[in-house]
Amino acid sequence: MTDIDKTAGPTDTPPAGAEALKAIPVRHYGRYVAAVIAIAIFGAIIYAFSQGQINWQAVPDYFFDDRITTGVYKTLLLTVLSMLIGIVGGILLAVMRLSKNPVTSSIAWFYIWFFRGTPVLVQLFLWFNLGLVFQYINLMPLYKDEWSNFMTPLLTALLGLGLNEAAYMAEICRAGLLAVDEGQTEAAHALGMSHSKTLRRIIIPQAMRVIVPPTGNEVINMLKTTSLVAAVQYPELFRYAQDIGQNSGAPVEMYFLAAAWYLIMTSVLSVGQYYIERYYARGSSRQLPPTPWQKVKTNMLSLGRPSGGMG
Amino acid sequence: MTDKLSKTQDTPPKGTVPMVKAEGVHKSFGHVEVLKGIDLEVKPGEVFCLIGPSGSGKSTFLRCINHLEKVNAGRLYVDGELVGYRQQGEKLYELRDREVAMKRRDIGMVFQRFNLFPHMTALENVMEAPVQVKGVNRTQAKERAMQLLDRVGLADRAGHYPSQLSGGQQQRVAIARALAMDPKLMLFDEPTSALDPELVGDVLDVMRDLAESGMTMVVVTHEMGFAREVGDSLVFMDGGVVVESGHPRDVLTNPQHERTQSFLSKVL
Repeated sequence: MTDIDKTAGPTDTPPAGAEALKAIPVRHYGRYVAAVIAIAIFGAIIYAFSQGQINWQAVPDYFFDDRITTGVYKTLLLTVLSMLIGIVGGILLAVMRLSKNPVTSSIAWFYIWFFRGTPVLVQLFLWFNLGLVFQYINLMPLYKDEWSNFMTPLLTALLGLGLNEAAYMAEICRAGLLAVDEGQTEAAHALGMSHSKTLRRIIIPQAMRVIVPPTGNEVINMLKTTSLVAAVQYPELFRYAQDIGQNSGAPVEMYFLAAAWYLIMTSVLSVGQYYIERYYARGSSRQLPPTPWQKVKTNMLSLGRPSGGMG
Repeated sequence: MTDKLSKTQDTPPKGTVPMVKAEGVHKSFGHVEVLKGIDLEVKPGEVFCLIGPSGSGKSTFLRCINHLEKVNAGRLYVDGELVGYRQQGEKLYELRDREVAMKRRDIGMVFQRFNLFPHMTALENVMEAPVQVKGVNRTQAKERAMQLLDRVGLADRAGHYPSQLSGGQQQRVAIARALAMDPKLMLFDEPTSALDPELVGDVLDVMRDLAESGMTMVVVTHEMGFAREVGDSLVFMDGGVVVESGHPRDVLTNPQHERTQSFLSKVL
């Protein structure tokens, strides 16, 4: 077991005037052993891959291939649109679930039960194959068309991912709304604020602090889950990488390439999430945590100072 | 059963309309009857203190005044108007949420646990209701909010979030927030009970100052000193009924009822 070093902060300075204790620190031999084992395993894996017949050159060659960049764009588009459906639907479901009306709250319960309880791949195939049972879509006054024209691969993918996501977002939103102290509602009502204004101005901004972190995880998850829609004929990053891999005879390399793109995108999203969380934390902690850039600046400043040199 | 509002005479006598008038107010939570017929009157400009042991129903009664709790029976009037209902002939109609909210504008409330909005600065807390509810423009609301914060001695804390303020400071911001709506009646629900003893004084000073300005105040409190000095009337409640009432000096120094005597002997 490796032990996380908790003394990463600035070194303790002895109180001025008092003589600093001189003691031999405890040696943690276990840590050295664990580190050596971990490095050995890691090295072995690297070595194994270096022995494989991998044409690494194919990765940079295709990295900005037109098909790959289109795929990246479509993956992002799918992520954004599905998350939009998920968030809007989730808020709606959460409010329905919390409403005093027993009909709306049971419908919301049923929705969440169904969409959380079935695999998203099954749901995608369900939407994809609905054309086998419907020939036309007829929304009486508004829209009428053949099913195959209506249910495009994009719509299939959006419905499959978005409606599934709504069920998860509903639970996240509900938890967030319930986490806000009841006194807040009372205080707002006592000031003469209406229900909707109380919700919008007082409750939701506070609920966001609870809602944002798991939602960030959901976005990152969604970005990765979009790769499933390759199965329902909607071409995105993974699908294109697969195609190129089969045509160019470098399938494994193309999976590496796709993985690299996914990593880049999820990393960028994580940074964005950090800043959004920081925004909604205002008022909840006395001191906001420094941004990475602020950390870098303070570290640079403290470099010039001799360590432990406070007189 | 007291589930239906009992029929009593509506429309209080004209002339000097009491700010708050309760006639046989009952309130139950499930099977527990918390208020068992409260009758009292708060005159305009009066500081009206409610004391009593915990569980005696004084906070519940206070919350009935701005309809945070629904009355089960009896009548409760604020400034001559029925709270939470509208009477037409023999029938009572529940008010819509919008109408209830409208009436609450005129009633300020200060809570035991402050209930400031934690995601807003002190200034934003005070500005929130005038801007959002009354539609006052931001510049005016800000100016007025700064005046109010100054009045409670916290002008230099305007930009602080509640978590950066002490309990006493938070409670004073909460008072300023309630005053920002220019209420005709202020309700205080044990405003100093959650405070460190040394911070109580600052809050009481603000309340005293408010009383001197002529504000009608209903105060649920355990601060007997405050009740004696500032109060104009005092009611001792126990077990959901008014046990004794009168001028604070009389009730506190010369209680008539045995229950009042034993309560006061413990808290004074």
